[in-house]
Amino acid sequence: MVERYPVLQISKVGKTFDTRSGSFEALRDVDLAIHEGEFVSIIGHSGCGKSTLLNLVAGLEMVTLGGIFLEGALVDGPGPERAVVFQNHSLLPWLTVYGNVRLAVDKVFGGRKTSAERDAWTREMLDLVNMAHAANKRPSEISGGMKQRVGIARALAMEPKVLLLDEPFGALDALTRAQLQDSVMEIHARLGNTVVMITHDVDEAVLLSDRIVMMSNSPAAGIGEIHDVALSRPRRRLELSENADYLAARSAVMRFLTRNRTDKAA
Amino acid sequence: MKTAALAIVAPMEEPSAEKRESREPVSPPRETARHEPSRLEMALRPVLLPAITFALVLLGWTVMQATFVPAFPDVPAVWNKAVEIFSNPFYVYGPNDMGIAWQVMYSLGRVLAGFFLALAVGIPAGFLIGANRTFEQAWMPLIAILRPVSPLAWLPIGLLVFRAVDPSAIFVIFITSIWPVILNTAAGVKAIPQDYLNVARVLNFNRREMVTKIYVPATLPYMLTGMQLSLGTAWMVIVAAEMLTGGIGIGFYIWDEWNNLSVPSIIVAIVIIGCVGIMLETGMGFVRRRYDYTGKE
Repeated sequence: MVERYPVLQISKVGKTFDTRSGSFEALRDVDLAIHEGEFVSIIGHSGCGKSTLLNLVAGLEMVTLGGIFLEGALVDGPGPERAVVFQNHSLLPWLTVYGNVRLAVDKVFGGRKTSAERDAWTREMLDLVNMAHAANKRPSEISGGMKQRVGIARALAMEPKVLLLDEPFGALDALTRAQLQDSVMEIHARLGNTVVMITHDVDEAVLLSDRIVMMSNSPAAGIGEIHDVALSRPRRRLELSENADYLAARSAVMRFLTRNRTDKAA
Repeated sequence: MKTAALAIVAPMEEPSAEKRESREPVSPPRETARHEPSRLEMALRPVLLPAITFALVLLGWTVMQATFVPAFPDVPAVWNKAVEIFSNPFYVYGPNDMGIAWQVMYSLGRVLAGFFLALAVGIPAGFLIGANRTFEQAWMPLIAILRPVSPLAWLPIGLLVFRAVDPSAIFVIFITSIWPVILNTAAGVKAIPQDYLNVARVLNFNRREMVTKIYVPATLPYMLTGMQLSLGTAWMVIVAAEMLTGGIGIGFYIWDEWNNLSVPSIIVAIVIIGCVGIMLETGMGFVRRRYDYTGKE
């Protein structure tokens, strides 16, 4: 296999928080290279620092040690090339669905595209997530799943080099979640984005990812194992339930998570 | 901070309270109701029930007047006075003798002047206090001390500084209005979820975009709640302030009529003050609901 240059390089990253009760080492020696078009899930028990890792990649928090590189350039702050879909959608409630996406489009393409082009791009993104019909609704008027679709549209509208999903479906019911997972797979197949997703759902990780990064527990959490999901795409959830590769991936992750179960819960 | 928090009415709590009000009249529980109220009955209730209340008050007034306090004017006397006052509301017989409409308008003018001055100062101050911990720590103790003081206590200071009654009355209204505006704006800024700020950071918003696209719209419902509180209180305070300052204005009108021993005029003025207060409240409430994204509507 030809050695590819990674889009995103996480290199010997450590993160220590200064808390009132002293310093807390959340992450230690995290090394990960993510290639173009790859869909990588990061899974681990709650509080293992996976969200911290995503925040570091997003630039919302700064690394204590090591460095994160996007196409070779050091990440030193947030930016639209690393768009985030937040766990609780984070739509601005005073703007319409259209307005929320347009806000991002205007900021990112303000200098480069005309108003008409930005309008078309906004509508195209809403169409992509099947939300064009609700363009003029307010976030308070649509369901949780729809809000998350709009959040995805807003992030995709920035044309990010890496799309960051922070437990995007965590707050949704199982049926809505399945629909959104299918949508994300479809979009990923169509656009070929590089995606990093935080999740604590084993099935979701196996279904969506090319690679599953399993994180050990904090303090000083790091990458425990990485599992390559050998399933071909497109993947259909119904056919997978008896697929040997699917079951192997699933049990590999389950084994890891069970082994690393914290004693706190017991 | 605790005392300050008491003054803050979170805008999200309000719509529910209003909905409850607007849903009146409440239909009686099914079990006890003999029949479903007809549509006509439902339509008449909001008119009939208050009418009964008013009738009871007038009856009580008449009885009291006839028995305990004969010095108090009876209902027809007040009615005749009202007719007289409203028959020529815009007369001007001199700088100190004008119709009731002028009295109300002078008072309203002072209220609005003080109110808008308070907005001009209070909104930026609220933003600074809400957004900046240093400002908050520096200014909140002073605000906590001054806020419980009756605004009328500032009137002598206004007179001393401005050497004129009109600016002093406006100054008192300014003091009245500014605390709810500052505190609610600051509370609104503090209540902005970190998520909105993260969205803005991912989009690389600069300081100006941060203020115009996140801070102001996110805080607007809180600001408007503060403004509604301010305006209502300001209208109450102006009456007392004008009693002390004199000149033209509904407050001094009441004091003047007391000196003339014309109690019917005072009662008419009280009703007028109440009606103007309702109009201010309704207008401000309308504006607030227009910009309140927290309710579903």
